[in-house]
Amino acid sequence: MTEPVLEVSHLKKRFGALKATDDVSLTLMPNEIHALIGPNGAGKSTLIKQIAGGLRSDSGTVEFAGRDVTALGTVARARAGLGRTFQISSLAMEYTVLQNTVLGALGRDGHVMRFFQPVMKNRKLVDQGMAALTRVGMADLATKRTADLSHGQRRLLEVAVALTLEPKVFLMDEPMAGLGASGSKRLTGFLHTLRAEAPILLVEHDMDAVFALADRISVLVYGQIIATGSADEIRRDPLVREAYLGAEDAA
Amino acid sequence: MAREPLINIILFALFPVTAGVAMVLDEPFIITLMTKAAILALAGVGLNIALGLGGLVSFGHAAFFGIGGYAMGVLASHAQSYTPIMETPILIEGTKSMLVIWGVAVVAAALAALLIGVLSLRTTGVYFIMITLAFGQMLYYFAISWPAYGGEDGLSIYIRNDFPGLNTLDPIQFFAIAFTVLAAVLFIAGRLAKAPFGLALSAARQNPERVETVGVAPFRLRLVAFIISGAVTGLAGALFADLNRFVSPTMFSWQTSGEIMIFVILGGVGRLFGPVAGAALFILLEHVLGGLSDFWHVYLGLLLLLVVLFARGGLIGTLAGKETAHD
Amino acid sequence: MSLILLIEQVLNGIQFGVMLFLMAAGLTLIFGVMGLINLAHGSLYMVGAFAAAAVAGWTGSFALALIAALAAAAAAGALVELLVIRRLYDRDHLDQVLATFALILIFSEGTRYIFGSFPLFLDIPAALSGPVLLPGGILYPLYRLVIIAVGLLVAAGLFVLIAKTRIGIQIRAGEADREMIAALGVDISKLYTLVFALGAALAGLAGALVGAIQSVQVGMGEPVLILAFVVIVIGGIGSIKGALIGALLVGLTDTLGGALLPTLFATFMEPSSANTIGSAVASMAIYILMAGVLLFKPSGLFGAT
Repeated sequence: MTEPVLEVSHLKKRFGALKATDDVSLTLMPNEIHALIGPNGAGKSTLIKQIAGGLRSDSGTVEFAGRDVTALGTVARARAGLGRTFQISSLAMEYTVLQNTVLGALGRDGHVMRFFQPVMKNRKLVDQGMAALTRVGMADLATKRTADLSHGQRRLLEVAVALTLEPKVFLMDEPMAGLGASGSKRLTGFLHTLRAEAPILLVEHDMDAVFALADRISVLVYGQIIATGSADEIRRDPLVREAYLGAEDAA
Repeated sequence: MAREPLINIILFALFPVTAGVAMVLDEPFIITLMTKAAILALAGVGLNIALGLGGLVSFGHAAFFGIGGYAMGVLASHAQSYTPIMETPILIEGTKSMLVIWGVAVVAAALAALLIGVLSLRTTGVYFIMITLAFGQMLYYFAISWPAYGGEDGLSIYIRNDFPGLNTLDPIQFFAIAFTVLAAVLFIAGRLAKAPFGLALSAARQNPERVETVGVAPFRLRLVAFIISGAVTGLAGALFADLNRFVSPTMFSWQTSGEIMIFVILGGVGRLFGPVAGAALFILLEHVLGGLSDFWHVYLGLLLLLVVLFARGGLIGTLAGKETAHD
Repeated sequence: MSLILLIEQVLNGIQFGVMLFLMAAGLTLIFGVMGLINLAHGSLYMVGAFAAAAVAGWTGSFALALIAALAAAAAAGALVELLVIRRLYDRDHLDQVLATFALILIFSEGTRYIFGSFPLFLDIPAALSGPVLLPGGILYPLYRLVIIAVGLLVAAGLFVLIAKTRIGIQIRAGEADREMIAALGVDISKLYTLVFALGAALAGLAGALVGAIQSVQVGMGEPVLILAFVVIVIGGIGSIKGALIGALLVGLTDTLGGALLPTLFATFMEPSSANTIGSAVASMAIYILMAGVLLFKPSGLFGAT
């Protein structure tokens, strides 16, 4: 039997009276795309932060490639092989597009404490940065200032930086947002091939993409996972239809 | 964008040219002014590594400037009185060698920056500003209340320290030393900004979360930047004390921290040559306005206010156009 | 050290702490409401002291001097807020530090221009001078007791102002959410000017009160300003309660450190070096205190985390 690459067990996080995540467990298997959906305020962002290390859980564990990383922070989890993209783009805005991916390659390489050789003349790092840009179709924007990119382009750059990390797991928070129909379709195709490199835990609002990509879908409502299953199973699940669609109608 | 390197070269060449012309015209005072500008620029280059590159608004860089100054004062005063600094457990004597003094100043300032940095970098924003300010004051009061090295009155050194092969008391030769150190440190700082460390440090200023996500801890970057920054400012302090042949607690004062910050800002934050332009402008103003009025700090204050409110790229930014410096 | 001397030192510490509170309260209020770091707060302290000394010199009335101090500092504060400070609310802290540093230069040199470099003196009014006999046979200067009383009254007044009044509610709302308060129909720029002037008046009051026990001179504000920073860093920026407790801690640490440490060191080393080392350590005691607090609470004792 194959072991999960990422195993989240019984995570809880409370903010005062609000249970943001309440006993959440899920797994991510090799080569799998596991989508996490749920209405706004369901606790997705909190869960992502708990998995990535930005938010300490009240209880529960996060295991990563068989290793318990619950006690580790964001930096250590990234070094352990967690590649995260942000819901709200989190990039070095003064830098060029290429500098952002070179930063990723540098983080992967690990030798940050070098003080003399110009980093943008480091063949290996620049090649890795360019390769990642090429894969998401942004090579022609390499010299553009990141602050001048459109929102959709920033999402793609987020993905490109994650690629330079060569992670064991991708954790993607709404990568499709702001892409438009054709961009979204292209990224869907790309993520489909990406799963061969590393599994993806995908938080996404774009249901077309989710149903096209996901091997499994988990539905998070009020901090609890109410169902996990294939696209068809989720579509048919009465609990999901009621809670999820009902909630969306209400909104 | 191409204008900025040109401005930098002209600005930089202005130092030796002015000093050279002053030598020909036999105006040693002007040479000393240029030496002072070069040394203060060096202090600003140090601060700029923390402030411009790392976004660390240190209001306590006088601590390192003063430590450099006192490294010179303590070593040279023991050498001139022929008394060892300590005898047990090992004998440590004073020295008049500039190179040894620089080494001690750099190491002492770096150690202080390590200690202050470890404590201060746990905080951010206003807390960081105030804490670095407070640590500077702590050393200021220590220097005042510690009588062994002059206390409030400071320490005088009768003869400038030695540099192999040069007569350091000749203004132009001492200028050459200070200017060469400035040039060397500018070169190193320029490389640093473009090196992997500089890329990551500047990214941590723009977006710490991003740096964490690629597996690099901002704290370590900032601490190392703070140490390098403090060491450079410490070196400037040693040179400054040697220029005046005098060191006093004033070097530790919060006004000194403020002035070092002014050099950086007047010239343009985060620009390699910003502190050079800022220090030169400061010395020029001090000389010109100071000659016109005893109350020239009013005009300095007004100018600084105008730069902060209306010309945020500083002198170099204004001359080179609004665009910020980038590769 | 005798018990009487110790009690005297404790009272001195409280008096110093209360003065620091007047400074720190304004700083922390201005930071809490407007998000502004104001280095020129020490200049307003100086303005208060000079106004008091000048008016006392002309009229001989200490009461008029105090009123002048409050009015001059509040007016200077409001003017500076209208001309400069309000352009800084949206700027980063670096710009705020530099612009207010520039204001210090202007205030200090301007005051030197008007009053000259020699210190002025402000006399303690006859009714408040001389010692009083406290229980236990302690003779203590009445004026210092009055300072303590005034400081505590102001502290109480501030707590009432913030907890119970309309303006206090607006201030608290402004701390929580600037847009909300604007949406409620409060004229936010007026509120900011008012808060700034209030902070300035407190600083001016402190300057005038202290001016009677120290000399009034250019540059008197900055050492106090930096201590006030230490106070609000220890207490937690934005918290009035933190400012009060931080101020008393700093006042007591500084005063008792200077009085006790040399004696303490003399118990295990020779007197002359005990005195030297003791007073050197005492001069750094409050900064060591601050470092200690931050080690455990990076945002101060009562700061929001």
